[in-house]
Amino acid sequence: MTRALVFLILLALALPALGGAQSGADLYLQSCVSCHGVGGAGVSPGGKHFGPPLQGVGAQAADFYLRTGYMPVQEASQEPVRKASPFSDAEIRALVRYIGSFGGPPVPKPQPERGNPSEGMQLFTQNCAGCHQVAAQGGLVVGGTAPRLNRSTPTEIAEAIRVGPYLMPRFTERQLNDRQVDSIIRYVQVTQNPEDRGGWGISHLGPIPEGLIAWLLAGSVLVGVAAVIGGRRPT
Amino acid sequence: MRRAARWLIAGLVLLLGRGERQRQLPPGEPVVEGMQPSPGAELVVAGLLGLSALLAIAFIVVYAGGANTQLLGLALGLCFATLAVVSVVTAFRLTPPEEAEEPYPEPSHPFEAAEIEQIADESRRHLTRGKLLGLAAGGAGTALALAVITPLVSLGPVFDTSRLRREPWRRGVKLVDEQGRVLHADDIELNTLHTAFPEGANPDDIASPIVVVRVEPARLDLPEDRRDWAPGGIVAYSKICTHAACAVALYRAPHFQPSRPRPALVCPCHYSTFDPATGGTVLFGPAGRPLPQLPLSVGPKGELIALGAFSGPVGPSWSGVRE
Repeated sequence: MTRALVFLILLALALPALGGAQSGADLYLQSCVSCHGVGGAGVSPGGKHFGPPLQGVGAQAADFYLRTGYMPVQEASQEPVRKASPFSDAEIRALVRYIGSFGGPPVPKPQPERGNPSEGMQLFTQNCAGCHQVAAQGGLVVGGTAPRLNRSTPTEIAEAIRVGPYLMPRFTERQLNDRQVDSIIRYVQVTQNPEDRGGWGISHLGPIPEGLIAWLLAGSVLVGVAAVIGGRRPT
Repeated sequence: MRRAARWLIAGLVLLLGRGERQRQLPPGEPVVEGMQPSPGAELVVAGLLGLSALLAIAFIVVYAGGANTQLLGLALGLCFATLAVVSVVTAFRLTPPEEAEEPYPEPSHPFEAAEIEQIADESRRHLTRGKLLGLAAGGAGTALALAVITPLVSLGPVFDTSRLRREPWRRGVKLVDEQGRVLHADDIELNTLHTAFPEGANPDDIASPIVVVRVEPARLDLPEDRRDWAPGGIVAYSKICTHAACAVALYRAPHFQPSRPRPALVCPCHYSTFDPATGGTVLFGPAGRPLPQLPLSVGPKGELIALGAFSGPVGPSWSGVRE
């Protein structure tokens, strides 16, 4: 009887730690509240710590920023970069559920297998390649960098398109519908496992290194040809 | 190059030294060994020179008729390739071989000048159609020179530049997207970039494409005379960069503005950066003048319409643009 009672008490103590929402709130108070404010209300600039409100961003944005390791950052002025998250998978899920409870769009469920890589490449060229490069190797914008997409998961890509993290614009359903997003993801997957029919991808850095190598190779061949045709017959 | 210079000098010397013919070398051993005439090779060279002249003329014709860049490149490339073949054939078949142990004499002394003249003379003694070859080379050179300077014509005032000034935007023209759907004010959400065209106009005209973004009204800082151009903070600019006519396709849309660089329209070619909140002024990069702004208004059903024409000339500056 006493043993059962002790067990029940222990269970009651352990439940909050096991239960998602509660532990999500705890994690939020530990790691997020100083910049994002109580209940995701945000903290206005002025003090040492400040950050945007999280009400309305939804599980979609929370999942993206936490899974990519973009959050937490030390200061709001820091450019977020992909890194290993300090949170475990279960902790991320708890935090996402907690931040999602402030309201906002849920985590998208893309189906890249429905997508068409050819259409995806066209859409990627029109909408994404300006910054991320057509080979999805990342690039520069004035004031920031556009990341490589070689480790992006389908969910992260779908989230980023709708959220527009950091300096990226976001794309509404009207601009890119979910089926088109599937195609874009499918194309990014192709760039993640390129076929390289030429045998040598040259890091997929694009036309400048390709041109450099073409010039070096073609240049040597041209010099060789010039040497051959420039040689005089013995008289 | 050096050979050309050498021939040039030889030619000059020939002209200058004409009066001193009496001091010619005594007829003795030829400096240059003779060569068997090869009329066939001469015909081939003359024919190829003619072909290269025709290709250079083709370049001019293509340029005049719409300038398809691929055909232009093909014509000029084949012209150069033909000239390369001409050089190879000439070197192997028409130029007498010579082992020179000493450098050629400086053409300063009349005697040495006469020697150069002799070398030049002997080098072409075996040619059977010297005049034809000279004509063909002159023709090919002239045609190529004309072809190379043809594009300069586009800079001048003789060509029609009205196409650059044509503007499809006027009061009441609706904005449509790439698929031709009418754009409404509600479609333009914060942090989204939209490309739009004038309804019913040719989207390929340089003044057709525009970018539409929404700036938070509190952050708008347009010039005094453009106060009514941005309903609800929605602003529209020409999509053609004023630097090199690339499409301004990037939108730097910071998620959280206090800590980030301000929103900006960026051209991906050379990173010209324009501020949509202040009338398209240049924030960074090589562009020399702001993006032309299009005055906007909202129609009765919430659709976006133009209020008039752009604030300035569209695209890169050219001779007709006065700021």
